[in-house]
Amino acid sequence: MRIKLLKLAHARSGDKGDTANVGLIALREEFYPVLVREVTAERVKTHFRGICKGEVERFELPNLGALNFLLHESLGGGGTLSLMTDAQGKTFSTALLRMEIDVPDEEARELNLGVER
Amino acid sequence: MSTKRETIRVACGQGFWGDLLDAPVRQVSEGPIDYLMLDYLAEVTMSIMQKQRARDPRAGYARDFIPLMREILPLCVERDIRVTANAGGVNPTGCAEAVRDVARELGLAGRLKIGTVTGDDIMGRLDELLARGIELRNMDTGEPLAHVRERVQSANAYLGAWPIVEALRRGARVVVTGRATDTGLTLAPLIYEFGWGENDWNRLAAGTVAGHIIECGAQVSGGNCQYEWQAIPDLANVGFPIVEASADGTFVVTKHEGTGGRVNVPSVKEQLVYEMGDPAGYITPDCVADFTTIRLENAGRDRVRVRGVRGRPATEFLKVSISYSAGFKAVGTLVYAWPDAYAKARAADQILRARLERLGLKFEQILAEFVGANATHGPLAGEPSTDAPEVQLRVGVRGPDRAAVERFTKEIAPLILTGPPAVTGFAGGRPKVEEVVAYWPALIPKMEIEPRVEVTEV
Repeated sequence: MRIKLLKLAHARSGDKGDTANVGLIALREEFYPVLVREVTAERVKTHFRGICKGEVERFELPNLGALNFLLHESLGGGGTLSLMTDAQGKTFSTALLRMEIDVPDEEARELNLGVER
Repeated sequence: MSTKRETIRVACGQGFWGDLLDAPVRQVSEGPIDYLMLDYLAEVTMSIMQKQRARDPRAGYARDFIPLMREILPLCVERDIRVTANAGGVNPTGCAEAVRDVARELGLAGRLKIGTVTGDDIMGRLDELLARGIELRNMDTGEPLAHVRERVQSANAYLGAWPIVEALRRGARVVVTGRATDTGLTLAPLIYEFGWGENDWNRLAAGTVAGHIIECGAQVSGGNCQYEWQAIPDLANVGFPIVEASADGTFVVTKHEGTGGRVNVPSVKEQLVYEMGDPAGYITPDCVADFTTIRLENAGRDRVRVRGVRGRPATEFLKVSISYSAGFKAVGTLVYAWPDAYAKARAADQILRARLERLGLKFEQILAEFVGANATHGPLAGEPSTDAPEVQLRVGVRGPDRAAVERFTKEIAPLILTGPPAVTGFAGGRPKVEEVVAYWPALIPKMEIEPRVEVTEV
Protein backbone atom coordinates (compact mmCIF):
# COMPACT_ATOMS: atom_id res chain seq x y z
CA MET A 1 0.00 0.00 0.00
CA ARG A 2 0.98 3.62 -0.52
CA ILE A 3 1.31 5.59 2.66
CA LYS A 4 2.20 9.15 3.60
CA LEU A 5 5.16 9.64 5.93
CA LEU A 6 2.81 11.69 8.11
CA LYS A 7 1.35 8.35 9.25
CA LEU A 8 4.77 6.92 10.12
CA ALA A 9 6.86 9.77 11.48
CA HIS A 10 7.05 13.17 13.07
CA ALA A 11 9.74 15.68 12.21
CA ARG A 12 11.50 18.93 13.06
CA SER A 13 13.56 21.07 10.72
CA GLY A 14 15.93 23.98 10.95
CA ASP A 15 18.77 25.71 9.14
CA LYS A 16 22.51 26.15 8.93
CA GLY A 17 23.16 28.83 6.37
CA ASP A 18 21.68 27.78 3.02
CA THR A 19 21.24 24.17 4.21
CA ALA A 20 18.00 22.92 5.72
CA ASN A 21 18.09 19.99 8.10
CA VAL A 22 15.11 17.71 8.58
CA GLY A 23 15.04 15.21 11.41
CA LEU A 24 12.52 12.47 10.64
CA ILE A 25 11.46 10.45 13.70
CA ALA A 26 9.54 7.17 13.60
CA LEU A 27 6.21 7.41 15.46
CA ARG A 28 6.74 3.83 16.61
CA GLU A 29 9.97 1.86 16.90
CA GLU A 30 8.77 -0.72 14.35
CA PHE A 31 8.44 1.97 11.69
CA TYR A 32 12.12 2.89 11.79
CA PRO A 33 13.39 0.05 9.51
CA VAL A 34 10.73 1.03 6.96
CA LEU A 35 11.98 4.63 7.02
CA VAL A 36 15.61 3.47 6.66
CA ARG A 37 14.68 1.31 3.67
CA GLU A 38 12.32 3.68 1.86
CA VAL A 39 13.34 7.24 2.70
CA THR A 40 16.70 7.34 0.97
CA ALA A 41 18.70 10.49 0.25
CA GLU A 42 17.93 10.06 -3.48
CA ARG A 43 14.19 9.88 -2.90
CA VAL A 44 14.25 12.88 -0.63
CA LYS A 45 16.17 14.80 -3.28
CA THR A 46 13.50 13.87 -5.84
CA HIS A 47 10.71 14.77 -3.42
CA PHE A 48 12.19 18.25 -2.93
CA ARG A 49 12.85 18.96 -6.65
CA GLY A 50 12.47 22.62 -7.39
CA ILE A 51 13.24 23.40 -3.73
CA CYS A 52 16.54 21.67 -2.94
CA LYS A 53 19.13 22.75 -5.51
CA GLY A 54 22.10 20.95 -3.96
CA GLU A 55 22.88 17.54 -2.57
CA VAL A 56 20.90 15.63 0.03
CA GLU A 57 22.84 13.82 2.77
CA ARG A 58 21.30 11.29 5.13
CA PHE A 59 22.45 10.22 8.61
CA GLU A 60 21.01 7.42 10.73
CA LEU A 61 20.18 7.60 14.44
CA PRO A 62 18.89 4.11 15.29
CA ASN A 63 19.06 5.05 18.99
CA LEU A 64 16.33 7.65 18.44
CA GLY A 65 14.55 5.84 15.61
CA ALA A 66 15.38 8.87 13.51
CA LEU A 67 16.99 9.91 10.24
CA ASN A 68 18.61 13.28 9.72
CA PHE A 69 18.63 14.84 6.26
CA LEU A 70 20.73 17.77 5.13
CA LEU A 71 19.25 19.55 2.12
CA HIS A 72 21.95 21.78 0.69
CA GLU A 73 21.22 24.97 -1.29
CA SER A 74 17.58 25.04 -0.29
CA LEU A 75 16.97 28.33 1.51
CA GLY A 76 17.47 31.03 -1.11
CA GLY A 77 20.93 31.90 0.22
CA GLY A 78 20.01 31.29 3.83
CA GLY A 79 19.89 33.52 6.90
CA THR A 80 19.32 37.21 6.23
CA LEU A 81 20.19 36.91 2.52
CA SER A 82 17.10 34.83 1.84
CA LEU A 83 13.87 36.47 0.71
CA MET A 84 11.82 33.38 1.52
CA THR A 85 8.99 33.36 4.05
CA ASP A 86 10.61 30.26 5.48
CA ALA A 87 14.22 31.38 5.30
CA GLN A 88 15.02 29.15 8.28
CA GLY A 89 13.55 25.98 6.81
CA LYS A 90 11.16 25.56 9.73
CA THR A 91 8.42 24.05 7.58
CA PHE A 92 10.60 21.60 5.66
CA SER A 93 9.63 19.12 8.37
CA THR A 94 6.03 18.78 7.26
CA ALA A 95 7.03 19.16 3.61
CA LEU A 96 8.92 15.87 4.00
CA LEU A 97 5.93 14.29 5.77
CA ARG A 98 3.97 14.78 2.53
CA MET A 99 6.16 12.15 0.88
CA GLU A 100 4.48 8.84 0.03
CA ILE A 101 6.22 5.48 0.21
CA ASP A 102 5.24 1.94 -0.81
CA VAL A 103 4.91 -0.63 1.94
CA PRO A 104 4.11 -4.25 0.95
CA ASP A 105 0.58 -5.14 2.06
CA GLU A 106 1.70 -7.93 4.35
CA GLU A 107 4.21 -5.71 6.14
CA ALA A 108 1.60 -2.97 6.38
CA ARG A 109 -0.77 -5.41 8.09
CA GLU A 110 1.94 -6.51 10.54
CA LEU A 111 2.64 -2.88 11.37
CA ASN A 112 -1.10 -2.17 11.74
CA LEU A 113 -0.92 0.45 9.02
CA GLY A 114 -4.03 1.44 7.19
CA VAL A 115 -5.90 0.91 10.42
CA GLU A 116 -6.79 4.31 11.83
CA ARG A 117 -5.11 4.68 15.18
CA MET B 1 34.61 23.60 44.69
CA SER B 2 31.26 24.05 46.33
CA THR B 3 29.76 21.38 48.54
CA LYS B 4 29.00 18.32 46.41
CA ARG B 5 25.36 17.93 45.54
CA GLU B 6 23.72 14.83 44.13
CA THR B 7 21.94 16.62 41.35
CA ILE B 8 22.13 20.10 39.90
CA ARG B 9 19.15 21.75 38.28
CA VAL B 10 19.94 24.03 35.35
CA ALA B 11 16.94 25.89 33.98
CA CYS B 12 16.63 27.62 30.61
CA GLY B 13 15.01 31.05 30.75
CA GLN B 14 15.38 32.32 27.16
CA GLY B 15 15.66 30.33 23.95
CA PHE B 16 16.56 33.43 21.92
CA TRP B 17 16.64 37.22 22.27
CA GLY B 18 12.95 38.04 22.18
CA ASP B 19 11.63 34.93 23.90
CA LEU B 20 8.85 35.09 26.55
CA LEU B 21 9.90 37.79 29.00
CA ASP B 22 8.38 36.17 32.06
CA ALA B 23 9.90 32.74 31.43
CA PRO B 24 13.11 33.35 33.44
CA VAL B 25 11.12 34.97 36.24
CA ARG B 26 8.95 31.88 36.47
CA GLN B 27 11.97 29.57 36.34
CA VAL B 28 13.47 31.16 39.47
CA SER B 29 10.22 31.64 41.37
CA GLU B 30 8.03 28.60 40.65
CA GLY B 31 10.25 25.76 41.79
CA PRO B 32 13.73 24.73 42.82
CA ILE B 33 16.64 25.44 40.49
CA ASP B 34 20.38 25.95 41.01
CA TYR B 35 21.28 27.70 37.76
CA LEU B 36 19.46 29.84 35.25
CA MET B 37 20.92 29.86 31.74
CA LEU B 38 19.90 32.48 29.22
CA ASP B 39 20.74 32.26 25.52
CA TYR B 40 20.43 35.60 23.78
CA LEU B 41 22.60 35.28 20.70
CA ALA B 42 21.51 34.11 17.29
CA GLU B 43 23.87 34.14 14.33
CA VAL B 44 23.25 37.71 13.25
CA THR B 45 22.45 39.19 16.66
CA MET B 46 26.06 40.30 17.09
CA SER B 47 25.88 42.58 14.06
CA ILE B 48 22.76 44.28 15.40
CA MET B 49 24.55 44.84 18.69
CA GLN B 50 27.66 46.10 16.89
CA LYS B 51 25.54 48.79 15.21
CA GLN B 52 23.97 49.77 18.51
CA ARG B 53 27.40 50.08 20.06
CA ALA B 54 28.65 52.24 17.18
CA ARG B 55 25.88 54.72 18.03
CA ASP B 56 26.32 54.48 21.80
CA PRO B 57 29.53 53.02 23.32
CA ARG B 58 27.60 51.88 26.40
CA ALA B 59 25.21 49.77 24.28
CA GLY B 60 25.79 46.56 22.30
CA TYR B 61 24.32 43.93 24.60
CA ALA B 62 20.90 42.37 25.23
CA ARG B 63 19.17 45.26 26.97
CA ASP B 64 16.30 43.07 28.19
CA PHE B 65 18.77 41.34 30.48
CA ILE B 66 19.07 44.39 32.77
CA PRO B 67 15.39 44.80 33.75
CA LEU B 68 15.27 41.03 34.12
CA MET B 69 18.17 41.14 36.58
CA ARG B 70 16.42 43.93 38.46
CA GLU B 71 13.42 41.66 38.83
CA ILE B 72 15.11 38.40 39.78
CA LEU B 73 18.49 39.20 41.38
CA PRO B 74 17.17 39.48 44.96
CA LEU B 75 15.52 36.06 44.61
CA CYS B 76 18.65 34.58 43.03
CA VAL B 77 20.71 35.77 46.00
CA GLU B 78 18.12 34.54 48.50
CA ARG B 79 17.76 31.11 46.89
CA ASP B 80 21.41 30.73 45.91
CA ILE B 81 20.67 30.60 42.17
CA ARG B 82 23.46 31.47 39.75
CA VAL B 83 22.98 32.90 36.27
CA THR B 84 24.93 32.16 33.08
CA ALA B 85 24.04 34.35 30.12
CA ASN B 86 25.58 35.31 26.78
CA ALA B 87 23.71 38.60 27.11
CA GLY B 88 26.97 40.57 26.78
CA GLY B 89 26.86 40.59 22.99
CA VAL B 90 29.66 42.82 21.71
CA ASN B 91 29.94 44.65 25.03
CA PRO B 92 30.05 42.15 27.93
CA THR B 93 31.85 44.67 30.12
CA GLY B 94 29.16 47.30 29.60
CA CYS B 95 26.51 44.69 30.29
CA ALA B 96 28.21 43.57 33.50
CA GLU B 97 28.51 47.19 34.63
CA ALA B 98 24.80 47.72 34.07
CA VAL B 99 24.05 44.60 36.13
CA ARG B 100 26.35 45.89 38.87
CA ASP B 101 24.52 49.24 38.94
CA VAL B 102 21.20 47.44 39.25
CA ALA B 103 22.54 45.21 42.05
CA ARG B 104 23.70 48.27 43.98
CA GLU B 105 20.35 49.99 43.53
CA LEU B 106 18.73 46.85 44.91
CA GLY B 107 20.91 47.11 48.02
CA LEU B 108 22.90 44.01 47.13
CA ALA B 109 26.32 45.68 47.40
CA GLY B 110 28.77 43.27 49.01
CA ARG B 111 26.42 40.35 48.49
CA LEU B 112 27.37 39.09 45.06
CA LYS B 113 30.08 38.92 42.45
CA ILE B 114 29.68 39.39 38.74
CA GLY B 115 31.83 37.53 36.24
CA THR B 116 32.62 38.78 32.77
CA VAL B 117 34.00 36.64 29.96
CA THR B 118 35.64 38.47 27.06
CA GLY B 119 38.23 37.67 24.43
CA ASP B 120 35.78 36.41 21.83
CA ASP B 121 35.79 39.68 19.88
CA ILE B 122 38.43 39.57 17.12
CA MET B 123 37.11 42.47 15.07
CA GLY B 124 40.13 44.63 15.93
CA ARG B 125 42.56 41.82 15.06
CA LEU B 126 41.17 40.85 11.66
CA ASP B 127 43.82 42.52 9.52
CA GLU B 128 46.63 41.17 11.64
CA LEU B 129 45.15 37.65 11.43
CA LEU B 130 44.66 37.87 7.65
CA ALA B 131 48.20 39.21 7.25
CA ARG B 132 49.53 36.17 9.07
CA GLY B 133 47.77 33.87 6.61
CA ILE B 134 44.75 32.98 8.73
CA GLU B 135 42.27 33.36 5.91
CA LEU B 136 39.01 32.80 7.80
CA ARG B 137 37.54 31.06 4.77
CA ASN B 138 33.77 30.69 4.69
CA MET B 139 33.00 27.20 6.00
CA ASP B 140 30.15 26.80 3.51
CA THR B 141 31.62 28.27 0.32
CA GLY B 142 35.40 28.11 0.90
CA GLU B 143 35.78 31.77 -0.04
CA PRO B 144 38.51 33.71 1.83
CA LEU B 145 37.34 36.53 4.07
CA ALA B 146 39.48 39.01 2.13
CA HIS B 147 36.68 39.12 -0.49
CA VAL B 148 34.33 40.87 1.93
CA ARG B 149 36.87 42.33 4.39
CA GLU B 150 35.81 46.00 4.00
CA ARG B 151 32.18 45.07 4.65
CA VAL B 152 32.76 43.12 7.88
CA GLN B 153 30.73 44.46 10.81
CA SER B 154 31.55 42.02 13.59
CA ALA B 155 33.78 39.00 14.17
CA ASN B 156 33.57 36.81 17.25
CA ALA B 157 34.97 33.42 18.15
CA TYR B 158 32.59 31.06 19.92
CA LEU B 159 33.96 30.47 23.42
CA GLY B 160 33.01 27.31 25.28
CA ALA B 161 32.30 26.37 28.87
CA TRP B 162 35.73 26.71 30.48
CA PRO B 163 35.94 30.51 30.86
CA ILE B 164 32.49 30.39 32.49
CA VAL B 165 33.71 27.62 34.82
CA GLU B 166 36.61 29.88 35.80
CA ALA B 167 34.20 32.70 36.66
CA LEU B 168 32.06 30.34 38.75
CA ARG B 169 35.15 29.07 40.58
CA ARG B 170 36.01 32.63 41.47
CA GLY B 171 32.59 33.04 43.04
CA ALA B 172 30.57 34.80 40.35
CA ARG B 173 26.81 34.65 40.91
CA VAL B 174 26.07 36.15 37.51
CA VAL B 175 28.32 35.33 34.57
CA VAL B 176 27.98 37.56 31.52
CA THR B 177 29.65 36.48 28.29
CA GLY B 178 29.90 37.69 24.73
CA ARG B 179 29.79 35.08 21.98
CA ALA B 180 29.76 31.94 24.13
CA THR B 181 28.10 28.79 22.80
CA ASP B 182 24.60 28.16 24.04
CA THR B 183 25.64 24.66 25.14
CA GLY B 184 28.53 26.05 27.20
CA LEU B 185 26.10 28.04 29.36
CA THR B 186 24.60 24.75 30.60
CA LEU B 187 27.76 22.65 30.56
CA ALA B 188 29.82 25.10 32.65
CA PRO B 189 27.73 24.79 35.84
CA LEU B 190 27.96 20.98 35.61
CA ILE B 191 31.74 21.00 35.15
CA TYR B 192 32.06 23.36 38.09
CA GLU B 193 29.68 21.55 40.44
CA PHE B 194 30.80 18.01 39.67
CA GLY B 195 34.48 18.73 39.10
CA TRP B 196 34.53 17.18 35.64
CA GLY B 197 37.96 17.15 34.00
CA GLU B 198 39.15 18.70 30.76
CA ASN B 199 39.52 15.28 29.16
CA ASP B 200 36.37 13.79 30.60
CA TRP B 201 34.95 13.60 27.10
CA ASN B 202 31.88 11.47 27.79
CA ARG B 203 30.66 13.71 30.60
CA LEU B 204 31.50 16.88 28.71
CA ALA B 205 29.49 15.48 25.79
CA ALA B 206 26.62 14.64 28.15
CA GLY B 207 26.57 18.21 29.48
CA THR B 208 26.71 19.48 25.90
CA VAL B 209 23.71 17.34 24.94
CA ALA B 210 21.91 18.68 28.02
CA GLY B 211 22.67 22.18 26.78
CA HIS B 212 21.42 21.41 23.28
CA ILE B 213 18.19 20.00 24.69
CA ILE B 214 17.28 23.11 26.70
CA GLU B 215 18.91 25.90 24.67
CA CYS B 216 15.80 26.54 22.56
CA GLY B 217 13.58 26.99 25.57
CA ALA B 218 10.06 25.61 25.33
CA GLN B 219 10.80 23.97 21.98
CA VAL B 220 11.55 20.85 24.05
CA SER B 221 8.64 21.19 26.48
CA GLY B 222 5.70 21.30 24.10
CA GLY B 223 6.29 24.33 21.89
CA ASN B 224 6.58 23.76 18.14
CA CYS B 225 6.13 20.05 18.82
CA GLN B 226 4.48 17.98 16.10
CA TYR B 227 3.98 14.82 18.09
CA GLU B 228 0.31 14.80 19.12
CA TRP B 229 0.39 18.59 19.16
CA GLN B 230 -3.31 18.98 19.78
CA ALA B 231 -3.03 16.99 23.00
CA ILE B 232 -0.25 19.10 24.52
CA PRO B 233 -1.83 20.77 27.55
CA ASP B 234 -1.94 24.45 28.42
CA LEU B 235 0.69 25.99 26.13
CA ALA B 236 -0.49 29.40 27.33
CA ASN B 237 1.19 28.49 30.60
CA VAL B 238 4.11 26.59 29.05
CA GLY B 239 6.89 25.55 31.42
CA PHE B 240 10.45 26.14 30.22
CA PRO B 241 12.83 23.19 30.44
CA ILE B 242 15.12 22.19 33.29
CA VAL B 243 17.89 19.59 33.32
CA GLU B 244 18.44 17.76 36.54
CA ALA B 245 21.98 16.49 36.12
CA SER B 246 23.99 13.93 38.05
CA ALA B 247 27.76 13.71 38.45
CA ASP B 248 27.95 10.57 36.29
CA GLY B 249 26.74 12.48 33.23
CA THR B 250 23.17 11.21 33.20
CA PHE B 251 20.36 13.70 33.49
CA VAL B 252 16.61 14.13 33.47
CA VAL B 253 14.83 16.73 31.33
CA THR B 254 11.82 18.18 33.10
CA LYS B 255 9.94 21.41 33.92
CA HIS B 256 8.34 22.94 36.98
CA GLU B 257 5.24 21.31 38.49
CA GLY B 258 2.03 23.07 37.62
CA THR B 259 3.23 24.55 34.34
CA GLY B 260 1.79 23.76 30.92
CA GLY B 261 3.33 22.03 27.95
CA ARG B 262 4.81 18.56 27.95
CA VAL B 263 8.20 16.91 28.26
CA ASN B 264 8.19 13.38 26.85
CA VAL B 265 10.45 11.16 24.76
CA PRO B 266 9.04 12.43 21.42
CA SER B 267 9.41 16.10 22.45
CA VAL B 268 13.05 15.52 23.44
CA LYS B 269 13.73 13.64 20.20
CA GLU B 270 12.35 16.54 18.17
CA GLN B 271 14.68 18.97 19.92
CA LEU B 272 17.67 16.63 19.59
CA VAL B 273 17.42 16.58 15.79
CA TYR B 274 16.89 20.35 15.58
CA GLU B 275 19.65 22.11 13.57
CA MET B 276 21.60 18.86 13.50
CA GLY B 277 24.42 18.16 11.06
CA ASP B 278 26.31 14.88 11.28
CA PRO B 279 24.84 13.39 14.47
CA ALA B 280 28.02 11.43 15.23
CA GLY B 281 30.05 14.63 15.38
CA TYR B 282 28.36 17.54 17.13
CA ILE B 283 31.33 19.87 17.44
CA THR B 284 31.65 22.45 20.21
CA PRO B 285 34.71 24.19 21.69
CA ASP B 286 34.53 21.75 24.63
CA CYS B 287 34.20 18.34 22.97
CA VAL B 288 32.72 16.42 20.04
CA ALA B 289 29.45 14.82 21.14
CA ASP B 290 28.09 11.69 19.48
CA PHE B 291 24.30 11.99 19.28
CA THR B 292 24.01 8.40 18.05
CA THR B 293 24.89 7.21 21.56
CA ILE B 294 22.08 9.04 23.37
CA ARG B 295 19.56 6.83 25.19
CA LEU B 296 16.21 8.27 26.20
CA GLU B 297 13.67 6.80 28.57
CA ASN B 298 10.45 7.87 30.15
CA ALA B 299 11.08 8.64 33.84
CA GLY B 300 7.60 9.71 34.86
CA ARG B 301 5.24 12.50 33.99
CA ASP B 302 7.12 15.32 32.22
CA ARG B 303 10.42 13.59 32.96
CA VAL B 304 12.78 12.05 30.41
CA ARG B 305 16.03 10.42 31.45
CA VAL B 306 19.06 10.82 29.15
CA ARG B 307 22.05 8.52 29.44
CA GLY B 308 24.78 6.77 27.48
CA VAL B 309 26.19 9.91 25.84
CA ARG B 310 29.69 9.46 24.49
CA GLY B 311 32.11 12.12 23.39
CA ARG B 312 35.48 12.62 21.76
CA PRO B 313 38.27 15.17 22.20
CA ALA B 314 37.56 18.72 21.14
CA THR B 315 39.08 19.93 17.87
CA GLU B 316 41.97 22.39 17.60
CA PHE B 317 39.68 25.05 16.17
CA LEU B 318 37.02 27.47 17.29
CA LYS B 319 34.18 28.56 15.08
CA VAL B 320 34.11 32.26 14.27
CA SER B 321 30.91 34.12 13.61
CA ILE B 322 31.50 37.01 11.23
CA SER B 323 28.84 39.38 9.97
CA TYR B 324 29.18 41.54 6.88
CA SER B 325 27.07 44.01 5.04
CA ALA B 326 25.51 42.41 1.95
CA GLY B 327 23.26 45.00 0.34
CA PHE B 328 19.62 45.85 0.91
CA LYS B 329 16.27 44.14 0.75
CA ALA B 330 12.58 44.84 1.08
CA VAL B 331 9.46 42.70 1.07
CA GLY B 332 5.99 43.93 0.06
CA THR B 333 2.63 42.19 0.35
CA LEU B 334 -0.92 42.54 -1.00
CA VAL B 335 -3.96 40.33 -0.45
CA TYR B 336 -6.22 39.21 -3.31
CA ALA B 337 -9.73 37.89 -2.58
CA TRP B 338 -12.00 35.27 -4.16
CA PRO B 339 -12.75 34.58 -6.94
CA ASP B 340 -9.56 33.63 -8.80
CA ALA B 341 -7.43 34.89 -5.89
CA TYR B 342 -4.32 32.99 -6.97
CA ALA B 343 -4.66 34.02 -10.63
CA LYS B 344 -5.00 37.67 -9.59
CA ALA B 345 -1.96 37.51 -7.33
CA ARG B 346 0.07 35.96 -10.15
CA ALA B 347 -1.09 38.61 -12.60
CA ALA B 348 -0.12 41.34 -10.13
CA ASP B 349 3.36 39.82 -9.81
CA GLN B 350 3.76 39.87 -13.62
CA ILE B 351 2.64 43.50 -13.83
CA LEU B 352 5.01 44.50 -11.03
CA ARG B 353 7.97 42.77 -12.66
CA ALA B 354 7.26 44.43 -16.01
CA ARG B 355 7.24 47.83 -14.29
CA LEU B 356 10.47 47.14 -12.42
CA GLU B 357 12.01 46.08 -15.71
CA ARG B 358 10.86 49.23 -17.49
CA LEU B 359 12.29 51.34 -14.70
CA GLY B 360 15.62 49.61 -15.31
CA LEU B 361 15.93 48.47 -11.70
CA LYS B 362 18.48 45.72 -11.18
CA PHE B 363 18.36 43.25 -8.29
CA GLU B 364 20.39 40.20 -7.32
CA GLN B 365 17.19 38.42 -6.49
CA ILE B 366 13.43 38.89 -6.90
CA LEU B 367 11.19 36.33 -5.24
CA ALA B 368 7.39 36.13 -5.43
CA GLU B 369 5.55 33.83 -3.06
CA PHE B 370 1.83 33.18 -2.83
CA VAL B 371 0.84 32.82 0.79
CA GLY B 372 -2.13 30.51 1.07
CA ALA B 373 -1.03 28.60 -2.01
CA ASN B 374 2.63 27.62 -1.91
CA ALA B 375 4.80 29.93 0.23
CA THR B 376 6.00 27.20 2.57
CA HIS B 377 5.91 23.95 0.62
CA GLY B 378 6.37 25.28 -2.91
CA PRO B 379 5.53 22.77 -5.65
CA LEU B 380 4.94 20.07 -2.99
CA ALA B 381 1.70 21.84 -2.11
CA GLY B 382 0.25 20.87 -5.49
CA GLU B 383 -1.76 23.04 -7.90
CA PRO B 384 -3.21 26.00 -6.01
CA SER B 385 -6.97 25.86 -5.57
CA THR B 386 -8.97 28.01 -7.98
CA ASP B 387 -11.47 28.51 -5.17
CA ALA B 388 -9.11 29.84 -2.44
CA PRO B 389 -10.85 32.52 -0.34
CA GLU B 390 -7.74 34.70 -0.56
CA VAL B 391 -4.08 34.60 -1.51
CA GLN B 392 -1.38 36.95 -0.32
CA LEU B 393 1.18 38.05 -2.87
CA ARG B 394 4.53 38.49 -1.14
CA VAL B 395 7.33 39.93 -3.27
CA GLY B 396 10.87 40.47 -2.05
CA VAL B 397 13.89 42.02 -3.74
CA ARG B 398 17.53 42.15 -2.72
CA GLY B 399 20.45 44.01 -4.27
CA PRO B 400 23.50 46.20 -3.65
CA ASP B 401 21.77 49.43 -4.72
CA ARG B 402 19.75 51.00 -1.95
CA ALA B 403 17.99 53.39 -4.33
CA ALA B 404 16.70 50.52 -6.47
CA VAL B 405 15.30 48.70 -3.44
CA GLU B 406 13.80 51.98 -2.22
CA ARG B 407 12.08 52.47 -5.59
CA PHE B 408 10.69 48.92 -5.44
CA THR B 409 8.93 49.77 -2.16
CA LYS B 410 7.04 52.55 -3.99
CA GLU B 411 5.74 50.21 -6.68
CA ILE B 412 3.59 48.02 -4.40
CA ALA B 413 0.74 50.34 -3.36
CA PRO B 414 0.05 51.57 -6.92
CA LEU B 415 -0.94 47.99 -7.81
CA ILE B 416 -4.13 48.52 -5.85
CA LEU B 417 -5.52 51.05 -8.34
CA THR B 418 -3.59 49.87 -11.39
CA GLY B 419 -3.75 46.07 -11.20
CA PRO B 420 -6.15 43.14 -10.72
CA PRO B 421 -9.32 43.68 -8.62
CA ALA B 422 -10.47 42.67 -5.12
CA VAL B 423 -7.18 43.61 -3.53
CA THR B 424 -6.47 44.87 -0.03
CA GLY B 425 -4.01 44.59 2.83
CA PHE B 426 -1.85 47.64 2.46
CA ALA B 427 -2.71 49.40 5.70
CA GLY B 428 0.85 49.08 6.97
CA GLY B 429 2.20 51.56 4.42
CA ARG B 430 5.26 51.13 2.21
CA PRO B 431 7.62 48.25 2.92
CA LYS B 432 10.78 49.18 4.80
CA VAL B 433 14.21 48.96 3.22
CA GLU B 434 16.46 46.79 5.37
CA GLU B 435 20.22 46.54 5.29
CA VAL B 436 21.21 42.90 4.83
CA VAL B 437 23.80 41.78 7.32
CA ALA B 438 24.94 38.33 6.29
CA TYR B 439 26.63 35.60 8.26
CA TRP B 440 30.09 34.26 7.49
CA PRO B 441 31.05 31.17 9.47
CA ALA B 442 34.79 30.39 9.67
CA LEU B 443 37.31 28.51 11.77
CA ILE B 444 40.28 29.83 13.72
CA PRO B 445 43.03 27.87 15.51
CA LYS B 446 42.18 27.73 19.21
CA MET B 447 45.60 29.03 20.20
CA GLU B 448 44.78 32.37 18.57
CA ILE B 449 42.02 33.07 21.06
CA GLU B 450 42.63 33.93 24.68
CA PRO B 451 39.48 34.16 26.77
CA ARG B 452 39.65 36.63 29.65
CA VAL B 453 37.69 36.26 32.85
CA GLU B 454 37.05 39.04 35.32
CA VAL B 455 35.16 38.63 38.57
CA THR B 456 34.29 41.67 40.65
CA GLU B 457 32.41 42.20 43.87
CA VAL B 458 29.38 44.45 43.59
